[in-house]
Amino acid sequence: MTLDLYFDFIIFPILTVSVVLVFLRLLKGPDIVDRVIALDLIITIGIALITAYSIRSGQAILLDVAMILALIAFLGTIAFSFYLDKQEKK
Amino acid sequence: MTSILIAVFSTIGTLAVLFASIGVLRMPDFYLRLSVTVKAATLGVGLLLACAAFIFQDSSITTRAISIVFFLILTAPVAAHMIGRTAYHKGVPTWKGTVIDELKESTAEKPGQYETEGEKSANTGEKKL
Repeated sequence: MTLDLYFDFIIFPILTVSVVLVFLRLLKGPDIVDRVIALDLIITIGIALITAYSIRSGQAILLDVAMILALIAFLGTIAFSFYLDKQEKK
Repeated sequence: MTSILIAVFSTIGTLAVLFASIGVLRMPDFYLRLSVTVKAATLGVGLLLACAAFIFQDSSITTRAISIVFFLILTAPVAAHMIGRTAYHKGVPTWKGTVIDELKESTAEKPGQYETEGEKSANTGEKKL
């Protein structure tokens, strides 16, 4: 079993199933903060998917996108908590 | 040899990500979900990026992988702290099995600690100059 086949049949399906599981929490989430952390985790798993795809396809340039995504996830969570704080003070 | 190492590392990283997502789905409480998200997902992504740095054997790729892991390790706890604080002040309920709430105890001793300036002056009857 080569590494490419291993990535195709083990790594990518497991990562996809994890995205689906977190997406269920995003739909279900009883409160808005649950949805915020579910979005954060989806972006983190997206970084993992991009990294696995760049290993599988041999295109290292895709790691730049993963770096930008890591920063955007942080900004998104901080912005959500900032505006939720403001909403609560009214 | 290299491919075996890559396979082992990527499997451990992927399983960590899977456990993080199962934890987010199954944990009973927002705060427990938060603690699962930060640690396990960061470990999984870090291991996958270590695989990428190992398979390409290039200094620019290694630098990118290290910077992504650095960003994640630096920003994930800060974001989790912010959103956890927001959730606590918003009044998100804790699990029924939670035995200790130190923030509640410390704020009960000193009322008015977290009030803004306007609320303080309104409470004491002072006027803002």
